[in-house]
This record gives sequence, C-alpha cells and structure tokens, in this order.
Amino acid sequence: MTPLNAMERVNASLKRRYAAERRFRLLGAAAVSAGLLFVALLFISIFLNGYTAFGQTHIALDVHFDPAIIAPSGDVAPEALARADFAALVKAALREEFPEVSGRRDKRALYGMMSTGATFDLLHMVQDDPSLIGTTQRLWLVADDDVDMLVKGHINRDAPQEDRRVNDQMIAWVDKLEAEGKVERKFNTAFFTNGDSREPELAGIGGAAAGSFYMLLVTLALSFPIGVAAAVYLEEFAPTNKWTDLIEVNINNLAAVPSIVFGLLGLAVFINFFELPRSAPLVGGLVLTLMTLPTIIIAGRAALKSVPPSIREAALGVGASKTQVVFHHVLPLAMPGMLTGAIIGMAQALGESAPLLMIGMVAFIVDIPGGPMDPATALPVQIFLWADSPERGFVERTSAAIMVLLAFLITMNALAVFLRKKFERRW
Amino acid sequence: MTNSVGNVAEMSDEVKVNQADEASHTKALGDRFKTVGQVRVSEPRMRCTGVNVFYGNSHAIKDVDLDIGANEVVAMIGPSGCGKSTFLRCLNRMNDTIDGCRVTGDIRLDDQDIYDKKLDVVPLRARVGMVFQKPNPFPKSIYENIAYGPRIHGMAATRTELDEYVETSLRKAGLWDEVKDRLDKPGTGLSGGQQQRLCIARAIAVSPEVILMDEPCSALDPIATARVEELIDELRANYSIGIVTHSMQQAARVSQRTAYFHLGNLVEVGETTQIFTNPRHKLTEDYITGRFG
Repeated sequence: MTPLNAMERVNASLKRRYAAERRFRLLGAAAVSAGLLFVALLFISIFLNGYTAFGQTHIALDVHFDPAIIAPSGDVAPEALARADFAALVKAALREEFPEVSGRRDKRALYGMMSTGATFDLLHMVQDDPSLIGTTQRLWLVADDDVDMLVKGHINRDAPQEDRRVNDQMIAWVDKLEAEGKVERKFNTAFFTNGDSREPELAGIGGAAAGSFYMLLVTLALSFPIGVAAAVYLEEFAPTNKWTDLIEVNINNLAAVPSIVFGLLGLAVFINFFELPRSAPLVGGLVLTLMTLPTIIIAGRAALKSVPPSIREAALGVGASKTQVVFHHVLPLAMPGMLTGAIIGMAQALGESAPLLMIGMVAFIVDIPGGPMDPATALPVQIFLWADSPERGFVERTSAAIMVLLAFLITMNALAVFLRKKFERRW
Repeated sequence: MTNSVGNVAEMSDEVKVNQADEASHTKALGDRFKTVGQVRVSEPRMRCTGVNVFYGNSHAIKDVDLDIGANEVVAMIGPSGCGKSTFLRCLNRMNDTIDGCRVTGDIRLDDQDIYDKKLDVVPLRARVGMVFQKPNPFPKSIYENIAYGPRIHGMAATRTELDEYVETSLRKAGLWDEVKDRLDKPGTGLSGGQQQRLCIARAIAVSPEVILMDEPCSALDPIATARVEELIDELRANYSIGIVTHSMQQAARVSQRTAYFHLGNLVEVGETTQIFTNPRHKLTEDYITGRFG
C-alpha cells in the first residue's frame, strides 16, 4: 500500500469515526440527562408531597380558664392540675363559637374539630403560669388532622359526602371560622420537637432524630478508632502472608454483605447473648459499627497507601523507628482521606433501616430518648412506619421526614467532598 | 553463595587489564572480580568487606570491598543500574525496608558490625545520615523538620537546646540567613535548592559521623547545584561523606577518592585526579572517555 493509498483510506474512514464519536457523545449526554431527570422527578415529587407538612392549622378560640372546672379546691399544684378536665375548657370554647349546635351527635362532631393535643397545651400553660386561672384568653390551638387536611386543600370538596373524611357540616363550620380569620397555618415546630404519635397533627420526628443521633454517636465512637487502627496495622505492620491476604479478602467481602445480615447478627449476639436492651440506640450503634467498619478500613488503607514513600524514607533516614514513622508522619498525612471515608460511612449508616428492624428499633415509641440506652427509633425506620399509616396527615409527614433525612445526607456528603478537595495535596 | 570472608585486592602494578580478560572476569559465581586500586585507607570511618546484595535471585552487588575514610568525600560513579545506589543504601541499612532484599558481608562503622543482630538500627541511622535524590522535607515547618531528629533521639532536654540544634544545623548547611525569619513556614514552600539544603541540615542535626548522599543534585538547577557542592566541601571538615553521582564532572569537583562501579562490581578505586586522568582499568577508561554510559 503506497502512502497515498493509505492516506485516502484514512480520509475515507474519518467521517465514519467522527460520526461514531458524535453518537457516543449524544448517548452519554442522554444518559446523564435521563439520570438527572429521574433525580429531579424524585426530589420534586417528594417536595410537592411534603412541603405542606411544615405548616400546621391552628384555630383561634376564646378559652375561659374556669376555676370551677380546673381548680375546684383551689389547689394549683401541677399534679392536681394534671387530674383536672381541661378538655371541658376546649369544648366550652367551641360551644361558645357555635351556639346553634345541639344534640349529642352534632356536638361530638364539633368537638372533633380540635386536636387532643390542644387539651395538653392548655394544661401545660396553666401549670407554668397558674395566674391564668379565672382569665379568658384568645389562644391559637392545634386543629385536628382532618381539619388540617381540609384547610390545606388535600380533601376533595366536590366528591360526594360518603366518600369524604369530612362531611358538609364540618366544612361549613371551618368556612365560617376562616371567614372570621380564626384559622391560620403556622409553622409546624411540633414536627421537629415531638415524638411519634397516633395523631398525625401531633406526630414529629424529634424522637427519631434523637435516636438516630445517639446511634451515629455510638457508631462513630466505635468504628472510627477501630477502623483506623485496623487499617494502620494491616497496611504498615502486618507481615505479608496467607493470613493477611485472607483477612483482606474477607474485609472486602464484608463491605458487600447485605445490611440485614448484620441485623440478624446483632439480634443473636448483642440482644440474645449479651442481653442488651432491645430498641436501644446502643445496640443499633453496635450493629452499624459492624457495617461501617469495612468501609472505613478500606478507605483508610487507600489513604495510607497514597502517602508517598519519600516521606517514609526521609523519616527512616533521620533515625525514626517504624512506629514513629507511621504515627508522626504517615498517619497525619493520611488522616483527611480517613475522615472522608468515615463521613461517607456515617452517611450510609444514617440511611440504614433493615438492620435496625431486626433489633427492634421499629417499635412505636412516643418519648424522646434521653440517652443511648433508652428505647428509640431511627429516622429511616420512622419513615417506614409512617408510610404504613392510613391517615392522610401521615402521607405528607412521611414526605417531610424524607426531606429532612435527605437534607442530612446531602450535607454530610457535601462535607466529605469539601474536605477531600481541601486536603487534596498537602505535600 | 559467597561467604563473608574478605580478600583485600592487591594493587601491585600499573598493568592495564585488557578487554579479553574482562569477559572472563565479569561472569561465573565463585570467581572474584579483582578491584583495581586502593580500596583500603588507614583509620577508615566505614569498612566494607565482601558485600553482596541480592534482590530475590538477582545478584545486584558482587563482592565489594571499600573503605570510607574520615573527613573525606568518596564519590561513587558508574552507568545506570550498576548498583551504586544499592551499595550506598547498605551503609545505613536502608535496604532493610525493601522486601526480598538480602545483604551479606561485613560492614563496619568504627569497627562495629552494623548488621549485627544485636545492633539497634535506629541509632545507626542517626550516626549514618542520608540525603536523597529528590528533596523530601517533611510537610511541616522548617523548624520542625530540623527539630524532629534531635527530639526523637532525646538529644535536647529543653526547648532552648532544641533551638540551638536547629540554628546550628541551619548555619552549617548555609541556610540560616535565608530562613531565620520564617522558621514556622512549611518546609515544602522553599525552592528546590533550599529544600535540599534543608534535608542536609536535617541530616546534620542528629550529629552523624557519616553522611550518605544519593545523587543530591540531580533534581537541582546549576546554581543550586553549585551551592550544594560548596556545602559538601565545607562539611568535609567535620563529616565523612559518600556521594553517588551520575555526573563525572561533579565527582571530579567534590571528591577526594572515586570508586567506579560496573554491573555490580567495584572495578576501580583511587584518588580522584588519578581516576580521571590516568585510569588503570580498561572499563574505567571506557566509561570516563564516554565510550558507553
């Protein structure tokens, strides 16, 4: 083949080659766009479903703190007040608002407009400030979840009455109150501070968030030191033989084991054998430690490997012992990589629910845990539980809880990326 | 495998060993290559006898005898891959860090066998310091770079003593005036030549007896190189220096004795001027005149 022929052939095939490259680029862009589109769809649908949960309908009522009902003997001690019938105050206020309502059935329907939480709010108010007794106050009290859904527009007013949760009578009452400006949607702080509840309007992620927090605390406190120490030993000190190869293969495999298996292990060992309390963040933390250890060890070894040998040689040349080389020079330089691995491991642990189901962190727990030994649930498990509940109010709260969880995960991963970029080249 | 009993090579006459004999010299095991020239000095700092180094099955250094005298600079020259860096690294046992590397033979520092099982390698490396080809200061401050050695060896009891060590070492390395105002700045922020002088200061800080330099100027520009060579000449007054270099001109400039390595054998040793003007072995002459490199 003469050079000229060769050039002709090259030129002829050029068009085909460039066409193929163009196709590949288009396919790549299409793939990335499709991925981004689905992510956007996911985020938008969650947001649309959940943003209303950050507001909660409150109704303004004129409450008369009748001493005859709540403190008949004049005793204003908190224990005595706790036994008093504060619900009667709410009912009286409602009757005042709608004096035309009569008959037991209609009155019961009317009382259903307010949440049971309103009663407890009044009780706490008086316990904190007994001077309220005898006064009349206009207070914003939490409405029932059906009214909440109605006000937020989640209930279809045009559907026939039998298909609706809220009948025409209730709609008329709520409309009247709205016209008088006594209905308002306030920011739902209870969502962040309350524990779980059967009533959607009172349910919050406070308990689950605290449980997740204690759990991550335990996980971090255990997995980081153990993981770093194991990585340092395996990378720097362990002799290269069959056993260390076996260990390395096993650690790599453990990183791929389904998380529910760790839950079974936790159930068998921690709860059954060591008899640790069920549903405690301590046990959850222990199980998640087992799960994140392989991640931290693998990331740690990669970080240690990336420290250039020139640093080690320099330290050895000055007369440092092996241990001094590792702890004075190699480990500090590898620490940013290890931290990044730890943060990513923590972010994974935060989102885990399967192993926690096995060890019992799936119970209905109302109180906010005070420490790692109190029964608790975790954020992903809370989402799982709420997703199962039929009430309309829980639908929006599930999405809102998902948004909170996603916000945490995105923050943690962003932090990991930021740290990785910041410490990229230190030598 | 060869044993550790050494056999001092004779330098009886001025006979040039010619190439025909060469083939028979540089081959089968058990047949010792006879180094030409004066391997021994009186009152040496380090004395090497029958040193062999194996990387796995590959025989990298073949039966080398060499002395490094007190207060002199010995240059080791030779083509790439001839084993000079390997030999240098034996002298402070840096080859211990390489898996599969085996060193046999007798190496003595002030008459102490450094490969003795009872000898702690950590203080050895303080007595025999090393400067590497690519400057490798610690990613710490300039002060910390120098102070690290004395600190881990427990040489300074107080902070003032440590300050003194740092200042003395930097002065000896000719770096003090340039960095005295920025001792807390990172060592990696200096120029290449300054970094190498910092590494030399770091090696000096632990008061070694011998300083080994593995091609210290190959990564430096000519001006920095000149500065470092000047420094080597100044250091000669207090230390014994072994320097591996690719540049014959550099060897001619800085050293008193020169050793020529070829394929793991020590071919010729002698006074630097004699090696470069009147080499006695054919291989040496070929290398010096540039027949191969």
